[in-house]
Amino acid sequence: MKIRFIDAEAPPASRIFENLAAGHGDHPLDRYLKKGRIPHIWCSGCGNGILLAAFVKAMEKGNFDTKKTVVVSGIGCIGRAAGYLDLDTYHTTHGRAIPFATGLKLANPKLNVVVISGDGDLFAIGGNHFIHAARRNVDITVICSNNFNYGMTGGQGGPTTPLESKTTTTPYGCSEHPFNLVYLAKASGAVYVARWTALHTHELRDSIIHSVNKPGFCFVEAITPCPTAHGRRNKLGDGLSMMKSYRDNSVLTTELDPEETAIGLKGKIAVGEFVDIDKPTFMDMYDECAICRANAPKKSKKS
Amino acid sequence: MSSKAVRTGAHFMSGDEACAEGGMAAGCSFFAGYPITPATEVAERMSIRLPQVGGVYIQMEDEIASMAAIIGASCAGAKAMTSTSGPGFSLMMENIGLAAMLEVPCVVVNIQRGGPSTGLPTLVGQQDVMQCRWGSHGDYEVIALSPDSPQEAFELTIEAFNLSEKYRTPVVLLSDEVVGHMTEKVIIPDSKKIKTVSRKLPKKKPENFIPYAHEEDDVPPMAIAGEGYHVHATGLTHDELGYPAINADAQERLVQRLIRKIRNHVEEIIRTEDAFLDDAEIILVSYGCSARAAREVVETARADGMKIGMIRLITVWPFCERKISELAALERVKKFVVCEINAGQIAYEVERCAGGKAETILAGFMGGRIFTPEELYRVVREAAE
Ligand SMILES: Cc1ncc(C[n+]2csc(CCOP(=O)(O)OP(=O)(O)O)c2C)c(N)n1
Ligand code: SF4
Repeated sequence: MKIRFIDAEAPPASRIFENLAAGHGDHPLDRYLKKGRIPHIWCSGCGNGILLAAFVKAMEKGNFDTKKTVVVSGIGCIGRAAGYLDLDTYHTTHGRAIPFATGLKLANPKLNVVVISGDGDLFAIGGNHFIHAARRNVDITVICSNNFNYGMTGGQGGPTTPLESKTTTTPYGCSEHPFNLVYLAKASGAVYVARWTALHTHELRDSIIHSVNKPGFCFVEAITPCPTAHGRRNKLGDGLSMMKSYRDNSVLTTELDPEETAIGLKGKIAVGEFVDIDKPTFMDMYDECAICRANAPKKSKKS
Repeated sequence: MSSKAVRTGAHFMSGDEACAEGGMAAGCSFFAGYPITPATEVAERMSIRLPQVGGVYIQMEDEIASMAAIIGASCAGAKAMTSTSGPGFSLMMENIGLAAMLEVPCVVVNIQRGGPSTGLPTLVGQQDVMQCRWGSHGDYEVIALSPDSPQEAFELTIEAFNLSEKYRTPVVLLSDEVVGHMTEKVIIPDSKKIKTVSRKLPKKKPENFIPYAHEEDDVPPMAIAGEGYHVHATGLTHDELGYPAINADAQERLVQRLIRKIRNHVEEIIRTEDAFLDDAEIILVSYGCSARAAREVVETARADGMKIGMIRLITVWPFCERKISELAALERVKKFVVCEINAGQIAYEVERCAGGKAETILAGFMGGRIFTPEELYRVVREAAE
């Protein structure tokens, strides 16, 4: 077969480097962002920017080694977070950020590997990976932007959509019981579990620092407003009103059993740090059980 | 010299085990997989062997995760591999496309069994050939190698790693249950005699490095996570910086390059084993375990005075288009008989390349066992009449 691709009259590749640095550096935290990536794709009032800012502030305050910190995302609005950070970043397939991150971390344990992704990505299509990575206690941090729906595809229902909540695919109200992510993470074996809302920027930042420094599978849930989809369909108002409702309804608690921390469409949101325990990571156990034994000098039969 | 990774010497081992040893000899240090017959022995052997060299073996929760994990590991600099069979291969498809798009070297072993669906878990098939070529959505090129013996399973697994590192692309070792489970003599050479290839690394400093710049051979150097290059890799269509670019220009530049980097090198990549092509009028085309029966048929038919020749595809993908069309153009070449354990996959490729200049006959077998040389010979004799 003779092949003749139709060549579009494409501008030269060099064009993409033009003005890359324009405006970059105007803000002191720009040094944590890749050149030429702002403005971001998120709607005004979206909580994803606040979560990204919390992460960047964690990098600064926690003095993260930018050479060794790697961020992996799945697919979704928040999945774009990885691409803005001036780190090694991977934007993978829908639901698969955690196993991708597992490969990165185990192949080079010196890396600090952080997954930032959405509730649909991590708990619907990727739910199995979440529970298994937590069970194995792979030393990664998973940060979930929970906006109670699938933002990127226009606001469908998902695994965290509260009962009665309206989405494009639950037009009469959601009839499925949602996951309580804090409870799920604890039950799956996470060594650190915290939940904050987009209003709790300092707490989010500090939980991220703690998670990145702590060995083992750490989970931070950030409740984020999605005024465009979830907020609008449930008459929760604009981004600001949703933030106000977080202020009025958040209850800081360390006492509550994670089982008691489920979130409804309206009503109280339990926030705080719910789990902070120590146990050997996957690599600790693999070194002990596999590497050491495989290389142990063979015992002679006589002795 | 023997080393922990390279077990120099003569061994008696199965194709699956040889495949694992090939991975070890190629420098694989990360394996993620999920048990499935008839590929489990690859994983089992890796679970013994990798800890001996300080590598990582991990059993993931499914094949989707396994594929994602080896891509991640390769991004961190490891040579990484997984193994599976039909049902698991189906689950890997989306992330095989991710590896192609991110240009991440990795090796996927598929020990084919009979399908569709759960099919024949313990018995042979060669029915994943087209899935291997086209299974993930979108346009991309794959490289797939098909061994016909445990010895070759060892050698081609090394070759699979070398090609994947050279072209920054996933490579499939497309084996089958017969070759995977047969036990034969496997000679592992001195470690110094084993040629291994590693991906090109950036020579430029991070501030001057353009991750997907168009290099001469269309294969850009790969920055490894943790080296300070701060690359962004995305499965979205991206520009030379690796940034998402959802437009026709970026798509054209990227996808054409992805295609070109393999198509422009097919002559270097493609390997076949040819016999009696100098005077052949009928040419048997086969690969993997099918080639073992085909070889015997060629010997018998030649002894019977038939002008028969044979092509065994060592590289199944990219397909040896030029060879087939050149042969088809010869006056004396009348027919191609394609023998494969499926209802016709490579036969379509042969027919396409023959372009009507020689007839293509499929000797297809549904699987469950390998056809006997006698059974195949009947089809060949019919073709000769
Ligand atoms: C395999 C696959 N199925 C479906 C999609 C379409 N898709 C893209 S993003 C998305 C949902 C994302 O929701 P979430 O993870 O909650 O993130 P958000 O957009 O709300 O930030 C879906 C279903 C896809 N990209 N891949
Ligand atoms: S759709 Fe929702 S989650 Fe997505 S950017 Fe807009 S507000 Fe944010």
